[in-house]
Amino acid sequence: MNSIQIPPSLDAVLLPLTSDEDVVRLRKRVREDLLALGFSLVEQTKVVTAASELARNTLRYGGGGEARILQLHENSQVGLALIFSDQGPGIENVELALKDGYTTGGGLGLGLSGAKRLVDEFEIDTAPGEGTVVKIIKWRRL
Amino acid sequence: MERIPILRMGQLLLVTIQVDMHDKLAMTLQDDLTARIVKDRAKGVLIDISALDIVDSFIGRMISNTAAMAKILDAKTVVVGMQPAVAITLVELGLTLEGVETALNVELGMRLLDRGDSWI
Repeated sequence: MNSIQIPPSLDAVLLPLTSDEDVVRLRKRVREDLLALGFSLVEQTKVVTAASELARNTLRYGGGGEARILQLHENSQVGLALIFSDQGPGIENVELALKDGYTTGGGLGLGLSGAKRLVDEFEIDTAPGEGTVVKIIKWRRL
Repeated sequence: MERIPILRMGQLLLVTIQVDMHDKLAMTLQDDLTARIVKDRAKGVLIDISALDIVDSFIGRMISNTAAMAKILDAKTVVVGMQPAVAITLVELGLTLEGVETALNVELGMRLLDRGDSWI
């Protein structure tokens, strides 16, 4: 199922997402990494917000899972990749899930679509009964 | 259980959110605020988010819900101190804070609540 490439990297940081507090910890960690990589304040805010949305999805809809954080250095570009994965029920209709306002959980329905807007690259790999993996990347503006 | 303190100033309730809230804490705040509006017969709720460096859709919804409940209870809600980066992100996220007025700081927020009322 997993077609999203998770590079085997010693630099990948793995954080569990099994409680509300884990989501808070993830936000803090992502913020720290973005700061260390020199992202602007607005970029930091967007990515941490996107991370919060996706982490919450992993916890609430995915039954809990984990987040991987990778620092990317490609050519002269610096970026941060976040991969959220769970072994939950998966998403039946991704197109629908990506529509603003669509929610199956009484939320605002902006988590997935919103996160996508806040980052540069967004990939989702999911199927009913097979869990969900969401990968996002933000590149630092030069 | 940890709670975010709610201060009362006459018929105004003031909440200053200074921690990165986990979801349960946000829900508790929503419930506490609603209960206090009734108990204190509050006419206004001031939520100071100047210390929040992110507002995601969950917190956004908590704020909107609180404002909606306050309105039903005949109270007005003003959010103050939104950080610019947060405002920019909320727009891109597509989150509009329905029924919520905003002000730059607590003082201006109180003036906003005071408009037309002599109860403060």
